[in-house]
Amino acid sequence: MSEVVKFGRPKGFFETFERRPGSIKKNMSYCPGCGHGVLHKLIAEAIADFGIQDKTTLISPVGCSVFAYFYFDCFGLQVPHGRSAAAATGLTRANPESIVIGYQGDGDLAAIGFNAFIQAANRGENYCVFFVNNAIYGMTGGQMAPTSLLGQKTTTSPYGRNALTEGYPLKVCEMVSQLEAPVYVERVALTSPANILKARKAVRKAIQISMEKKGFAFVEVLSGCPVNLKLKPADMDKFIEENMTKYFPLGVFKDVADEREPVKRAVPVYDREKVEETLYRAMPGGNEAHESLDSPLFDRELRVKIGGFGGQGVLSLGLILAAMGKYRNLNVSWLPSYGPEMRGGTANCAVILNKGAIGSPIVDSNCDLLVVLNRPSLDKYLPELGENGVLMYDSSTIKDAPKVKPGQKAIAISAGDIAEEFGNLKCANAVMLGAIGAMLTKYYLTPADAAKFQETAEAAIAECFAGKDKIVKMNAEACKLGFTKMQNAQS
Amino acid sequence: MSQVVKKKFRCHPEPNECKGCGRCVNACPKKLLKLGSALNIMGVPYAEYVGDGCIGCGACFYTCPEPGAITVFEITGED
Repeated sequence: MSEVVKFGRPKGFFETFERRPGSIKKNMSYCPGCGHGVLHKLIAEAIADFGIQDKTTLISPVGCSVFAYFYFDCFGLQVPHGRSAAAATGLTRANPESIVIGYQGDGDLAAIGFNAFIQAANRGENYCVFFVNNAIYGMTGGQMAPTSLLGQKTTTSPYGRNALTEGYPLKVCEMVSQLEAPVYVERVALTSPANILKARKAVRKAIQISMEKKGFAFVEVLSGCPVNLKLKPADMDKFIEENMTKYFPLGVFKDVADEREPVKRAVPVYDREKVEETLYRAMPGGNEAHESLDSPLFDRELRVKIGGFGGQGVLSLGLILAAMGKYRNLNVSWLPSYGPEMRGGTANCAVILNKGAIGSPIVDSNCDLLVVLNRPSLDKYLPELGENGVLMYDSSTIKDAPKVKPGQKAIAISAGDIAEEFGNLKCANAVMLGAIGAMLTKYYLTPADAAKFQETAEAAIAECFAGKDKIVKMNAEACKLGFTKMQNAQS
Repeated sequence: MSQVVKKKFRCHPEPNECKGCGRCVNACPKKLLKLGSALNIMGVPYAEYVGDGCIGCGACFYTCPEPGAITVFEITGED
């Protein structure tokens, strides 16, 4: 007798599930009668039939199907709970040629990951989602899901789900189909063979839409969890058909696949030169040739911290310093930290200048230059000042001279008073910048670098306040004034 | 006159890959599958193909949650 296989183990699965612990390598880890297995087969069959295993990534969720990558012979990604849509967005944007399948349960998609999911749907990301709705949390032992039915008893709704306290079951298909971007939205059920064949058609259509790059395709699959619903596997279909489909009607909610053109997004670039060009050289000042600093001070990493009240220009002073570094060929980082209020809270920023690469932008120790514009910042950050560090403080707000350790320098400048005299208290930060310049000139800079200070500061100020000519001019003058005042005080 | 050749099929449930959920038993339109009383390596009674007359509809295959527990063969020759 000769015979051929008409229906058999889909080629989209591994021949044996070697990653699965234990001795059973041919079966998946699902309970008897579980819907996951049925849907897995439909997906595995489709990716093998379409010949796309080499470019398909299946994103497995958190839930019973967490180990889906044990089974599918394609690329797999396991993501944190609910983050499937975010990972899928990254995958399909980074590699538009890849076919991405999101596989999510009701807790993953309709609860913790609902925002990520609905935003991805609304952006029309080019991938397909199979949403397994079994009206309960399976893996964790039968708690209420967003899609649990009204009156349904679960371990967390022992008297039955009540709309007044737990709300109504979430109708995801209905919601997604209202959005503009999705291409195809259908709800199917894994019950009778006829319904499973409809589900098969839907799975294949959704994957085909992804292959044609037409955008977001969504299939909600009503599936059984006989264990947690405390039903015999054979009675599961009856429950779905008699109870679930009343609230979650089956059918196509949206299908505009024929009208849609393939989605065309910017093509990602992986050429290193081009990436660097875009990231760094296209920035203001990034393209021009600059003179490098020759003072020995810059032969090592310089760590700066600036603290004060919000509104004193703490963050801008840091930005200007960082921009100055950029105009003298240094690598720079600027890390702001501030309270929720725009004015009056505390603010600080960390600036790092380095001829080499910068590892971390954080400055919380070994600070070389600490600039404080108020008392609380002095108290808080003085312990972070390094062995030979320099403290510059605004003596118009900090009256008593701070005690620094031997080797450290404490330099006072009444930046606030000078700025007020100058005509605008807001310029205290620029006065402080000038004072920093005078301090550096006196102790650290070579004459050639010192001569360039004012010019570099002005270029940085012009960049930071671009388009506000009056403010640029005022700050440049305040900086000059701060420089002179400090120089006079030092001599 | 051309003669309609009726295709013949055979269903094979693999005893040691069956978890005994009974979905195929319900799904078979010809009622050719049943759960036996013997236990397999997973300790459950497994589905068995009883008699012949499989029509090759694939209902048992698609309703079965296990990847390879059911195979449906088309009989292409009698030799």
